[in-house]
Amino acid sequence: MTWRAVLLFAILIGSVVGLQALHERQGGPLAAPAANVLYVRSPEAMARLALSYDTLLADIYWIRAVQHFGGSRLSTDSNRQFDLLYPLLDLATSLDPRFDVAYYFGSIFLAEPPPGGPGRPDLAIALLEKGLRAQPDKWEFVQSIGFVHYWWLEDYEQAAAWFRRAAAFPNAPFWMAPLAATTLAEGGNRQSSRLLWQQIARSAEDERFRNEALRRLRQLDAMDQLDRLRAIAALFRERHGSWPAGWGDVIRAGYLPGTPVDPTGAPYRLESGVVTLDRESRLSPLPREPQRIR
Amino acid sequence: MRVISHVAVNVFKESVRDKVLYSLVGFATLLIAASYLIGQLTAGQDVKIIKDLGLAAIATFGLLIAVFIGIGLVWKEVDRRSIYSLLAKPIRRHEFIVGKYVGLALTLLVNVAMMTVAFYAVLAYLNTQFPETVRAGWPAPATDPGMLRAIALIFIELLLVTAIALFFSTFSSPFLSAALTVGLWVIGHFNTDLRNFESVVESASGAYLARGLYYLLPNFAAFDIKTQVVHALPVPPSYLVTTTAYGLAYIALLLSAAVVIFERRDFK
Repeated sequence: MTWRAVLLFAILIGSVVGLQALHERQGGPLAAPAANVLYVRSPEAMARLALSYDTLLADIYWIRAVQHFGGSRLSTDSNRQFDLLYPLLDLATSLDPRFDVAYYFGSIFLAEPPPGGPGRPDLAIALLEKGLRAQPDKWEFVQSIGFVHYWWLEDYEQAAAWFRRAAAFPNAPFWMAPLAATTLAEGGNRQSSRLLWQQIARSAEDERFRNEALRRLRQLDAMDQLDRLRAIAALFRERHGSWPAGWGDVIRAGYLPGTPVDPTGAPYRLESGVVTLDRESRLSPLPREPQRIR
Repeated sequence: MRVISHVAVNVFKESVRDKVLYSLVGFATLLIAASYLIGQLTAGQDVKIIKDLGLAAIATFGLLIAVFIGIGLVWKEVDRRSIYSLLAKPIRRHEFIVGKYVGLALTLLVNVAMMTVAFYAVLAYLNTQFPETVRAGWPAPATDPGMLRAIALIFIELLLVTAIALFFSTFSSPFLSAALTVGLWVIGHFNTDLRNFESVVESASGAYLARGLYYLLPNFAAFDIKTQVVHALPVPPSYLVTTTAYGLAYIALLLSAAVVIFERRDFK
């Protein structure tokens, strides 16, 4: 290659890169960014169109579901939508009916209340029931349905019924039957929630599930700590006649040795007597406190 | 037999000269890039996704080779007019056809074997990236030898596609041969629908026709056991034997038909 050819290539490559940069500076493509689109929503049609690539397509739909959930969750748009989440999960699990993680994580995504999720525990249960139809010997799906009833629907009788049903499986763990009994007797208190998450952390096959269960346990710890800190703030007010302006007031008064931190190490916030979790904490937002069994 | 092996070796050498084995570089790059990216894009199931991707890629790369080389096997010789000098030699026409087929089968075998080695190497590496607690939750080990059963059936499927492409190549143009081969491959995946056609049409003759096509057209769906091996589900040995026998019988049929057509062609 002669030096002229090299020069020509260098000029042309420079032109392409330069024009692309100019194009970007002018605002990029004229068309508005495409909205989230799902061209084929019918699992039956997609299963046929997939030919022999059904499991690979299931993976692609699963990745899209994760990206859709994560992208919407992190979006700053106040009208963020999770419209495609269930159709994507439905397609992924129809193309690969044994895609266990899609059922488990999918139900967690669907049940997550707004603004962090779509708040559709009904669809979470529908997805898990679909998994149960595909693999009727999986007690884990039954337990997860009970869990959705417990945590998101706060229907402890239904939750206990599903845990009892899970306990009847020949391969179910020994603690499932006591869990059903505890749920029925004490459902909604923090201790029974702790028991539930401890069992999930102990039995989870997937490390991400285990980590999520451990995060939930830390949230429960943080809720306990917040109760104690609020009591200290109330005591301060009782003795000093006004709310503490910040942790400095509480520490100087000798109620605490230092700034309290949550189980992840993030400091708690105290503003005008209100104690809250730091918004940057990995435990934020805390779940809504389940109501005690009525 | 010696003539067939000579023709076959020449086909293999030609495919190497045509840089067909470069597809292996593409395959390896795809898998390595995917194994890095998947962990960033998804939540769990990295190994399952790499298994799905690897098996699908082996099938796809092989399919492209089988179709696009298979359709030119005979046509190229006719187009270059080298068929005249070939047939003037002591090569019988059936030896020419079978030799061409065996040559491409050998190319596919080398391709599939090397892709399988790369596939298992990537899985072995991924296996080291997860702690024992995570690995214990997988339905099958990352380097599960059971996946070789799916790869073996993919190979039989590719041999069948090659036979179809070669069959069409004996009497039609490359474009038409490619269209017909790919068309048959697609239809072959809808085989179950043909079998159940009677439940969606009222016409008895239509149902009989569909049932006839179901038995006559190649059933490519039968060669797909990727889902089963990835989820470590049982695949009865009898299924593997029957499907392999079906594939080989169909290949024999197509090669015989290709030989008959080629024997009757007049190259004067």
